[in-house]
Amino acid sequence: MATIVVHRKWEAVSPTRQRVIGFVELGSALIMLLVFTLKVQPGQVATFVMTPGGLTQGMAGNWVVPAFSTLMALTVVNFLLGLAQLVRGFGRWTNAVLGVVVAFFVFSFLTWATAGKSLNLLGMLSAAVLLAVPIILGAFSGVLCERAGVVNIAIEGMMLMAAMVGALVGSVTKNMWVGLLAAVASSVLLAWVHAVLSIKYKINQIISGTVINIFSTGMTSYLSSKFLQSYQELNNPPIFPRVPIPLLADIPIIGPLFFNTNLFVYLVFLLLIILQVALFTTRWGLRLRSVGEHPKAADTLGINVFATRYMAVLLGGVVAGIGGAFFTLGSVGRFDEMMTAGKGFIGLAAMIFGNWTPLGAFFAGLLFGFTDSVATKLTILGTGIPIQFMAMAPYITTMVVLAGLVGRGQMPAADGTPYEKE
Amino acid sequence: MSKPENKPDAGKVFLEEVTRPPVNERVRGWQRVGRVMLVPALAVVTGLLLGAVLIILTSEPVWGAFRVSLGSGLVTAWNTIVQAYTALFTGALGDPVRIVQAFQSGDALEIRRALNPIPESLVNATPYIFAGLAVALGFRSGLFNIGVEGQLFMGAAAATYVGYAVKGLPGFIHMPLAFLAGALGGAAWGFIPGWLKAKTGGHEVINTIMMNWIAFRLTEWLLGGPMTRPGSGGLPISPIIEKSAEIPQFFPAPIRFHLGFFIALGMAWLVHWLLFKTTWGFDLRTVGANPNAARYAGMNITRNIILAMTLSGALAGMAGANQVLAVNRSMALGLSPGYGFDSIALALLGNSTPVGVILSSLLFGALRNGATRMELLRIPNDIVSIIQALILVFVAAPAIIRTIYRVKVPKEAEEVVFVGSWGGGNK
Repeated sequence: MATIVVHRKWEAVSPTRQRVIGFVELGSALIMLLVFTLKVQPGQVATFVMTPGGLTQGMAGNWVVPAFSTLMALTVVNFLLGLAQLVRGFGRWTNAVLGVVVAFFVFSFLTWATAGKSLNLLGMLSAAVLLAVPIILGAFSGVLCERAGVVNIAIEGMMLMAAMVGALVGSVTKNMWVGLLAAVASSVLLAWVHAVLSIKYKINQIISGTVINIFSTGMTSYLSSKFLQSYQELNNPPIFPRVPIPLLADIPIIGPLFFNTNLFVYLVFLLLIILQVALFTTRWGLRLRSVGEHPKAADTLGINVFATRYMAVLLGGVVAGIGGAFFTLGSVGRFDEMMTAGKGFIGLAAMIFGNWTPLGAFFAGLLFGFTDSVATKLTILGTGIPIQFMAMAPYITTMVVLAGLVGRGQMPAADGTPYEKE
Repeated sequence: MSKPENKPDAGKVFLEEVTRPPVNERVRGWQRVGRVMLVPALAVVTGLLLGAVLIILTSEPVWGAFRVSLGSGLVTAWNTIVQAYTALFTGALGDPVRIVQAFQSGDALEIRRALNPIPESLVNATPYIFAGLAVALGFRSGLFNIGVEGQLFMGAAAATYVGYAVKGLPGFIHMPLAFLAGALGGAAWGFIPGWLKAKTGGHEVINTIMMNWIAFRLTEWLLGGPMTRPGSGGLPISPIIEKSAEIPQFFPAPIRFHLGFFIALGMAWLVHWLLFKTTWGFDLRTVGANPNAARYAGMNITRNIILAMTLSGALAGMAGANQVLAVNRSMALGLSPGYGFDSIALALLGNSTPVGVILSSLLFGALRNGATRMELLRIPNDIVSIIQALILVFVAAPAIIRTIYRVKVPKEAEEVVFVGSWGGGNK
């Protein structure tokens, strides 16, 4: 198959950026030294429980780490990496090294917080995976739309609507599959409205997205207070059960995390592979991206710009619908007003942080889910850091990325611009 | 970031801008008013009609009546709508029968209660005016400030803090001080995305969305922590503000009509004056309408973007300050039922002019106030959000209105806002 691959290279690392990142990494080492390492008592150990509660497969022993020496070692490594970054830089590995530094920083933080106590690390990680599901699906929805040149800030609204419809239909039919299907259908309907308004009527795509967000908020709250609150039987859908995958579920740590959960996590992986492959190695993906980068050129070559954009937005609606259904059919089993609580916007953030690629969005989503999960544990560990500050992290990260401080993402060139056929 | 081949010839564009007659000189007088009002009026009517359809579709009595017979179903449906919209109308503007009876009885409290709907609608309209002006000012400057909600929360928090923490000042100093603090809080929250846009090219839509959520979390923390009301047990609610910081209400309870409404009108006049009568405003509008021409004419784009976002944020902050100082007298998380987002619909409905914003705010305020009366008929007040979303659709896409009503919509009415796209955001 003759496929033209469009290479998107990261900008060369500028000397300023190299220095900024170097100082950030050195700063992390300094914080680790002053705030974490020097504050633990000598001889304290941090106990990480590596078995999530209620499972019998994929058991693993506890990790018991000596707090001081672990922290000291990580601090030294981060210091050396930061120094190397400052002096000569890592070139194209800059971001990977930064990732390692951040990971070490987070682990130090956990070790410091757990010193002298015990923390169910695997429980926290598996909570993080579940928290990440709607974020990642929202981000995938965004990637699909924006790669085709249609900005979608209506992910939140689509997910909210899908969550409610999923709960309602799931409860009425007492069938979670029908509920899921209805949830997806409702989200696709909203996506269709977004497509018609922004592609056919060419209204500002952000206004169109705002319309859908206001409408969904109003509609779900209206129906919820009119029906769901007075008839409890309308708001009691069956939940997708945990389905262990044979053999894989028995692997310690990875098994309980990824192979012994519900359908939605598996769908995330499936979609990740499908989208990443389809967008970047198939003719379909090339066409979709060309419409988002340079619609006029695509049109000249015979690609139907409008049809491609419609398709992308509707597919984005499908993915967002699955993400919305997760709230009611995949985790809580009940619809509450405003229950998406900004997850769609964090999805948007994950899409930007992930540089408009499915793989990037996936990791960004996991990271943001992890932040969420850590935030809920903070109060239990008694670190004195307010939950709200952790909850802000995804938003601040996105703004920093957008400002080009850590490396500027490359958004599709024609993103947000309606196409006028001449 | 804009690629050279996309850049129109700046000189030509600028000449076109200069030679094009201003919109308001092409048609004059009432004819112009009619033309400008046509689309918004039809949009509102269509929104209300579709709202009626929704009310019928979700009404259990109507479904029950249709099961009996088609005729009784239709009658019940009609009655439901009449009842609902009568409630909306009397809830927003007052019930003539009740007013007459109240005056006959001569009971002062009853008279105030009967007359309350109109002032209450104005009270509801006040935050909309501030927030709508914030969005409109952004639109006029070519910026999409979707962060009004967050700026409103920051403004409210700042005003609240000055309102309860500063003690012993006379009212004529304390109240303006607290209000100013609110404006500054919002301005700071608008300045950051403005600065980021001007200096790094980060699109203001993404940044203001992120700033919204940071503001929600920050105020949640403030109200539950440093600013919490003593004895509230960690509930996210602030102390009650000092008497001297209150924006005065004019009449005894239950009428809550207050000075803030006139401050809002004053702000609308100020925004009008700034945008249309000063050089600063001319610069802002030129940068908004055509950045290339503005750059060609030697205007400072960076300064104008930052200025526009900061002023927009300040207006949004005033909306929050107004709610705290005049209506709620303390701050809780339920401060705003989405003023910041509704105001996007409102600014577009008012074609981003201060007068238009005032008129649409009066409408939205009346709708929100009237909806409380509809709640008695078991119609949740969220119906207002749905109607507002529908109005926004029709205002933003006049072509739909044109198709439905087969009317000619003049081109100038279609001059909706031009905001830079996501990708080429830093134009």
